[in-house]
Amino acid sequence: MRTIKAGAVTEAVKKLCIEANCDLPADVREAIRRCRQDETFPIARSVLEKIEENYLIAAAEGVPICQDTGLACVFLRLGQDVHIEGDLRAAVDEGVREGYREGYLRKSCVADPLRRVNTGDNTPAVIYYDIVPGDGLEITVAPKGFGSENMSQIKMLRPSDGLDGVRDFVLRVAEEAGPNPCPPIVVGVGLGGTFDKAALLAKQALLRPLDVRNADPYYAELEEELLMKINALGIGPQGFGGRTTALAVNIEVLPTHIAGLPCAVNINCHVTRHRTAVL
Amino acid sequence: MEGLKKTPGKSAGGAAEGVKHVRLPFTKEQALALKSGDNVLISGVIYTARDAAHKRLVELVQQGRPLPFDVRDAIIYYVGPAPAAPGRVIGSAGPTTSYRMDAYAPCLLDLGLRGMIGKGKRSAEVVEAMVRNKAVYFGAIGGAGALLARCVKSAEIVAYEDLGAEAIRRLEVEDLPAVVVIDCQGRNLYEEGRRQYLKTLPAADSCL
Repeated sequence: MRTIKAGAVTEAVKKLCIEANCDLPADVREAIRRCRQDETFPIARSVLEKIEENYLIAAAEGVPICQDTGLACVFLRLGQDVHIEGDLRAAVDEGVREGYREGYLRKSCVADPLRRVNTGDNTPAVIYYDIVPGDGLEITVAPKGFGSENMSQIKMLRPSDGLDGVRDFVLRVAEEAGPNPCPPIVVGVGLGGTFDKAALLAKQALLRPLDVRNADPYYAELEEELLMKINALGIGPQGFGGRTTALAVNIEVLPTHIAGLPCAVNINCHVTRHRTAVL
Repeated sequence: MEGLKKTPGKSAGGAAEGVKHVRLPFTKEQALALKSGDNVLISGVIYTARDAAHKRLVELVQQGRPLPFDVRDAIIYYVGPAPAAPGRVIGSAGPTTSYRMDAYAPCLLDLGLRGMIGKGKRSAEVVEAMVRNKAVYFGAIGGAGALLARCVKSAEIVAYEDLGAEAIRRLEVEDLPAVVVIDCQGRNLYEEGRRQYLKTLPAADSCL
């Protein structure tokens, strides 16, 4: 049994909140660079150039890439041989509180969905817990902006809808989102499980590096095909027209019920941020 | 034309056309001279407002009370900036998605609001109110908040400080880059730009 102090969790979360918001991951930068090179439509190219300039300014000056510094989504993979000394939930929230204050990040959390009073410190974090073998604690902070979150959808397809049903639904979500989620987008797809698990899978899909395809060749091929079809829509960067509507499609799957085919599509913008640390 | 001069550059469609300068106050004459797809640089005093501030502004109008700033020939920027770090004027300040303000925008347009900066689609009601009042909808690059913040030379809260990032701010901006998405005639770059791009493709590659 290994002991990890709550204070160490707070420190890690704080640092991850600031770094994730200011420094775009290398795989996302590379995807944007390649799309800019392949883009033939002038306005699309010029938008992608400005997007690249923006993340370089953010990293150089230590300012957030986007003013929507998101709801703080925190994925914890807690080793079953770890004992946390202190309150884990409170430790994560304290890390978010300090990170958003010290990093001059925007506080975008309201305490209640209908009465809408800002909590003032971006807490509480949205925490996803996973218990895994081992004696480490892996923490991933993935600040989620809501311009893109609002364009996400879930559908309980019928088994008979099959592959065509999934294709049609994913394309429809991208089409309906159009210019709203700040394209180029990253498309996370969750297939299977239950209503709620499919949505979680879709969100987890957004954490996978954009240059890594699904390990199952069947789904790797579907990812490539859907990316090509979304980019054939012509929506383009910011919706001004062009080839680059999406940077990647990542699909995650789980076993499901004989009667079901849950399909969730979680959209992210080009600022697909996440940062991981292991304690 | 006063307040509207051209400098060499590329238009949205890539044609060799000038970048247009928009200066506040944004008059009807300036608005009428802009067309969907134009690249513009905006300079002068603009105001920020997003969801919660719009709700309050429209409530004031409904109660017949004065607004905290003059909306006539003004431009509202849909933004909730990140806090300013020490020594900075403002934090990252890119546009938020505009459709959430669609319920409120026609009321402000009818009072003389001339321009809106945001990103994403607008409702038919907003476009109708724009055409009726000769107003323009600009798109700034969503997710380019660090870049856009550099164009902000001063920022002060003029109303609703309790709303934090959603307070109404008076911003002095210089050469804020934007694109005319919907012009006074209701022409829409989201439809036209996409159509133009798809026309450049061999037919088999197109989904439309």
